[in-house]
Amino acid sequence: MKYICLVYSDEAQLHSLPDSPDDKECWAYAEKIVESGKLLAAEALERVDTATTVRVRGGDVSMTDGPFAETKEQLAGFYLVEARDLNEAIGIAAKIPPARVGSVEVRPVRQLDV
Amino acid sequence: MSHQADKGMQAAVEAIYRAESRRVLATLIRLLGDFERAEEALQDAFAAALSQWPRDGLPANPRAWLVSTGRFKAIDRMRRRVRHDELVREDAPIPQAEPDPADAIVDLAVEDDRLRLIFTCCHPALAPEARLALTLREVCGLTTEEVASAFLSRPATIAQRIVRAKRKIRDAAIPYEVPDRSQLPERLDAVLRVIYLVFNEGYSASSGDELLRTDLSTEAIRLGCLLHELLPDPEVKGLLALMLLQESRRHARTDAGGELVRLEDQDRSLWDRERIREGEVLVTEALRTRRFGPYSIQAAIAAVHAGAPSTEDTDWQEIVGLYDILMRMQPSPVVALNRAVALAMRDGPKAGLAEIDAILSRGDLRAYHLAHAARADLCERLGRNDDARNAFRKAMTLTEQGPEQRFLAGRLKRLED
Repeated sequence: MKYICLVYSDEAQLHSLPDSPDDKECWAYAEKIVESGKLLAAEALERVDTATTVRVRGGDVSMTDGPFAETKEQLAGFYLVEARDLNEAIGIAAKIPPARVGSVEVRPVRQLDV
Repeated sequence: MSHQADKGMQAAVEAIYRAESRRVLATLIRLLGDFERAEEALQDAFAAALSQWPRDGLPANPRAWLVSTGRFKAIDRMRRRVRHDELVREDAPIPQAEPDPADAIVDLAVEDDRLRLIFTCCHPALAPEARLALTLREVCGLTTEEVASAFLSRPATIAQRIVRAKRKIRDAAIPYEVPDRSQLPERLDAVLRVIYLVFNEGYSASSGDELLRTDLSTEAIRLGCLLHELLPDPEVKGLLALMLLQESRRHARTDAGGELVRLEDQDRSLWDRERIREGEVLVTEALRTRRFGPYSIQAAIAAVHAGAPSTEDTDWQEIVGLYDILMRMQPSPVVALNRAVALAMRDGPKAGLAEIDAILSRGDLRAYHLAHAARADLCERLGRNDDARNAFRKAMTLTEQGPEQRFLAGRLKRLED
């Protein structure tokens, strides 16, 4: 099964809390799951104020500055993993360093019905 | 076969359903990998039993027969579905329906399957209300209507909760397994919490007039016994002991009119000695392991009460000591409150009141009716009647339970007369 682990945190505090991870630690963890063969993709994201939201209505493309929704915690990165079941996915998610200051949403990937 | 014999066989099938249906279901879920399919298969298997057993006689091992037949029927259903499906691809595997020799050794794995079912229904990835409903439905075999009436909820609400939980188990791939050693303590804790919530829901309804809902407490004790049989961990013993010891006071806890009777006013001859004995044995076993936790300590406290002839002759020194241990294991304002009440019994109302005031001043229990009721009681014992009345009134505004309300009103009235 594929699962995506979406990392959310309050951007203003992500790097400044006592438990905040640094980039080196995040890199090291990603390397570790690559070695176990369970990581399909992982990236950290730029700040949410760099986001552009795109919609297409009646063939017209419209754009707005900023994220889709204003929330207290923002999407900061993701890990796409291959896991045996939800327990294994939770095990991987629980060790993602920013989980200590934010939250990680674990969702199964849906097979497209084609 | 005569009509009489038919009736006898029907009664036999019903008895086997009551005794075995949850075990058969637990195994079918593992074999078929899906709750819905397993439930369908269970019904199919019992329908087949009702038509075949009167003709062929009772099989040597009804449970193995039911598992094997249920599995066969489920695979048959899947094959029919596949055949009806025009989009089926050439390479799609066609499930096989030959009897599996592995079914013969089904008994060996069956207890593990029940444990798998319990851990899956109590998985922390499911919403807490869903864990309760799912456990009562799948492990205890209660109907959706029974679960709904136990929680004063609509059957449709419960049904939806159960359907959503099963869908999550399937779509998010929550595994059907007993967690490994590294995860066991945490996961077992989630299971124990579900069982104790079921018990408490039965022991003191959170709203409404019915103070005791026997059925849920009985179900919780049954679950505790089952878990203890499958996994005799010290805290499983502790929780089972705690429930048995609390349950032993059921008949003394309310009077003939259904009104609440405090521990100190209870007729101790009404306590169920058999349950107390069972509880004492379990708590002793749990404490002897030295790997016990908060449930075992709470059970030990309940056991001290159970063994005391009266409130005055209770070993309050021992109880305060046990609360001290509990506070170290699981510091919480409610534990601190209970410790303060025990302290008042050991060192007098003044000492207890000072503790309760300190707890209230920290703010955590300001909206908890029992904190104010305990405060009122101690003020009354100290002759501070104005303070006692105010505290009783405050407590009354904070509870919705009919019997609790009437109990507090009675205490208040006595002070006003």
